[in-house]
Amino acid sequence: MRFETSAAPHVIAGFSVPRVMFQVLLGLLPVVAVQLTLLGPGVLLQLLVAGPVALLCEALALRARGRDAGPFLRDGSVLVTAALLAVSVPPLLPWWLTALGAAVAVLLGKHVYGGLGYNPFNPAMVGYAVLLVSFPLEMTQWPTPLGQSQSDWTDLAHLAWQSFLSGPAAGGPDWDAYTGATALDALRTGLGQRYTMEEIFAGPAFASISGSGAQWINVAALLGGLYLLARRIISWHIPVAVLAGMAIPSALMHLVDPGAHAPATFHLLSGATMLGAFFIATDPVSAATSDHGRLVYGAGIGLITWLIRVWGGYPDGMAFAVLLMNLAAPLLDRYTVSRIHGHPRR
Amino acid sequence: MAARNRFPAGLELPPHKALALQHGIQPAPEPARAFVAMDQGSGHAATPAIAVGERVRIGTRIARATHANGTPVSSPVAGTVVSIEEHETASPAGRGLCIVVDNDGSGVVDPACEPLCWESMPPYEVLARIQDAGIAGLGGAAFPAAAKLGAGRAHEVTHLVLNGAECEPWICCDEALMRERAADVLLGARVMLHASGASHCTIAVEDDKPEAIAALRAAATDPRMQITAIGTVYPAGAERQLLHAVTGMEIPHREHPPTVGLLCQNVGTAAAVARLVTTGEPAIRRIVTVTGSGVGRPANLDARIGTPLAELAVACGGYQRDPRRLIAGGTMTGRALETDEVPLTLAVMCVVAATAADLAVRGAEMPCIRCGDCARVCPAGLLPQQLHRALLAGDEPLLERHGLVDCIECGCCDYVCPSRIPLTARFQRARAASSLRHEERLRAAHLRARFERHERRMAEAAEAERRAFEDARRRARSERGG
Amino acid sequence: MNAPGVLQATGVIAAIAAMLGAALGWAAGRLRPNADPLVERIDALLPQTQCGQCRYPGCRPYALAIARGEADIDRCPPGGDATVRALAALLGRDPRPVDAAFGKPKPPQVAFIDEERCIGCALCLPACPVDAIVGAPRYVHTVIESQCTGCELCLPPCPVDCIELRALPVVTAPHAAAAMAPA
Repeated sequence: MRFETSAAPHVIAGFSVPRVMFQVLLGLLPVVAVQLTLLGPGVLLQLLVAGPVALLCEALALRARGRDAGPFLRDGSVLVTAALLAVSVPPLLPWWLTALGAAVAVLLGKHVYGGLGYNPFNPAMVGYAVLLVSFPLEMTQWPTPLGQSQSDWTDLAHLAWQSFLSGPAAGGPDWDAYTGATALDALRTGLGQRYTMEEIFAGPAFASISGSGAQWINVAALLGGLYLLARRIISWHIPVAVLAGMAIPSALMHLVDPGAHAPATFHLLSGATMLGAFFIATDPVSAATSDHGRLVYGAGIGLITWLIRVWGGYPDGMAFAVLLMNLAAPLLDRYTVSRIHGHPRR
Repeated sequence: MAARNRFPAGLELPPHKALALQHGIQPAPEPARAFVAMDQGSGHAATPAIAVGERVRIGTRIARATHANGTPVSSPVAGTVVSIEEHETASPAGRGLCIVVDNDGSGVVDPACEPLCWESMPPYEVLARIQDAGIAGLGGAAFPAAAKLGAGRAHEVTHLVLNGAECEPWICCDEALMRERAADVLLGARVMLHASGASHCTIAVEDDKPEAIAALRAAATDPRMQITAIGTVYPAGAERQLLHAVTGMEIPHREHPPTVGLLCQNVGTAAAVARLVTTGEPAIRRIVTVTGSGVGRPANLDARIGTPLAELAVACGGYQRDPRRLIAGGTMTGRALETDEVPLTLAVMCVVAATAADLAVRGAEMPCIRCGDCARVCPAGLLPQQLHRALLAGDEPLLERHGLVDCIECGCCDYVCPSRIPLTARFQRARAASSLRHEERLRAAHLRARFERHERRMAEAAEAERRAFEDARRRARSERGG
Repeated sequence: MNAPGVLQATGVIAAIAAMLGAALGWAAGRLRPNADPLVERIDALLPQTQCGQCRYPGCRPYALAIARGEADIDRCPPGGDATVRALAALLGRDPRPVDAAFGKPKPPQVAFIDEERCIGCALCLPACPVDAIVGAPRYVHTVIESQCTGCELCLPPCPVDCIELRALPVVTAPHAAAAMAPA
């Protein structure tokens, strides 16, 4: 009797790339839900644009490279890139900018380097950074969260739709009423105008710990991240390192000079901290590979983000911190090679 | 006794052993025609020492070893040699020379097979008898047992470790052996201690085999024997990992256990040695697990070498449920065979008739996403994702630096890879190519040294000739002048 | 044109360039990387058959010629395509098959002296580059099989043509079989 042949091992575990990506998308649901509730439906519009544009660019790029597009489109990795971009950009972003960001993320952030598995940079952050540097005005217009201003949800919806179609100017006189500085913005300008930390924190943009919108978005991201940890999609090294890299310097500086430095809890729950720690920095392709390397990588991201927030030119430095540490990842890999069984202990 | 430390890597796999262990060791029927492979698994084929038409008995030597790492082969049945021909085998090459013996059913044993008074024999003679009997490691590698024991003696090893871990799913022949023939294992251990000069022996068994542990402990009367339970994890039974779990020592890179005073043998090999000294029977049989969802009655069979695997399947109730693959070994490291007409050799521990339910569909290979899961499970502490990158780039120095030579080909990295990359198969080929290159480099260095010596010799000879010529000329001149 | 300004700027730039140049020169001397000379690295990749098929009297002269750029890398039939590939990787050139003008790669072979016909003239002894022939004048010679590389240099000197080349049997150890099996 004859049989088929195949190489060993003949059994494998159930992990697969599509499954990992699907779980990441599930983990993002809390963030989307909170953004919907507090900032209006803009995030849905962003997802609706970023997703298809990213898929289209992926298909075109694979065709151009002579590869079979099917497996790559089905594995969900490009959808995760699009989703991360869509929740990172302001919900009021006009559709052509979102589309541009998604296209840049997939084409410049992934395919010029060889596609899935070969990109040295986090594609979503490449798209975000290009948008941020090229369109600083539109990329920093955030709606004031519900409860902070006089607007209600339908106002926010109306605003989001107008802005989505025609950009910020089309918002009309309502624009200034419904958009405002984020907590990080307020912190930066407030410090520049020599207000103390207490005075700044009393401002309208702030809730109990950090920004009134950002606080809950970060909590949602934390919940989603814990879900991913529980399902073993990500390991604890990068998130813990990012949070520690941010918390330790900020706590130290707050001890030294509480008037000029926000406490660690503020930093941990503002801006894109939790999203970055659990979803963005954990992108396996662009991060360091070894566990020790990942600790250093995460700590670097946390530290650089904090440095940019305190002394740099942008209110939130997460995207640039991630890109900078992506540059360092190969070096980290080289210097954190584990000891092989039977080799001498150095 | 508490389980010793288990390494943090490796996998926990479903064992699939209960069914085959249910009814204990069953005798397999003798084959009507035995296809005795010259290469019983070591890779170094023996040379036939018998002619077609000759009559043989059970235990008659029919092939000589021609390489230090090969073993002689004896006939498993009594009868007539019908042919010596190439036949499909279970070895990686797929084919090999086989001596085909027709079984006349007489069951006559060769009178040269006599029990040994091993306790009064000098160790080197015990080693010679073990080698002559063709006893090879029954843990899958079929390396000559006497060569290993002799190396142990040469390095003055003190600690013999018997490997009863049997970590791979489906394989349970060693467990059945330890449950029912613990006394044989212990007797074999004593003979091995005598032959190798080691002072004490530890039998390591995974802690999910309580019956085996109990049976061994009950039969252990010699104070030099210790039965140790180790943590159940795949691949706890790999030699380096096992020795680390039992002794805490790591075998240095590229070296062998005797260099640190250790010796490792499989429990089945010990039982074969015991059989040799009690009955004089050479290595002509082994316990093989025939299992999988594709056979009717999975069992551990006491079978003769040379039996076609198809007959073993018949002895276990025949095929059922349309088995798709016939795997020689376990599902992690076993080799899928094209046909069941291959004969049993000493290297085949297990035959899995795997149906679709026992296997996993691999799916299309995606690029590596650097998730690092492979590095987390690698028992050798390697970074398979970096090795794979180096392999794709063809970067040999980088492969060496990341420890390609230390890969034990266990399959753990493959098992967890979400991109379904066939890492183990690629590393196997790369390792083979790398070891060939390594040998070529050693040979080239050796030849270069000989060439340089040759050149020096030629230059010295030419110089001596020139000086002799000058001396002669000077003498001739002075004679003429004077 | 502000002549003193231009002169000042030029002077400053020139001074910086001079300092940097001096620093680089010092670094080139004191911080040299520990690498074998190129000849050694090339020679390490050659099979050391010393057969002369590359038209150089031995592997080291050929390595020297490659290092000097006098010879191309595809002249070694005993090394085969694998050696050309390794040399190409070392020197950053394109790999290609062995140039057939210098010989075809042959399967492993060793020389064998027919002892019936050998007259003990000892002419083949100095011809063997690795001293693999054992013998003395008026004593029968024989080839040490394990040291013979099959370079065929002993064939021309023999006046009675008693040396022939025999193919080596192929040993298939398990790992080697895996290397040769289709993926």
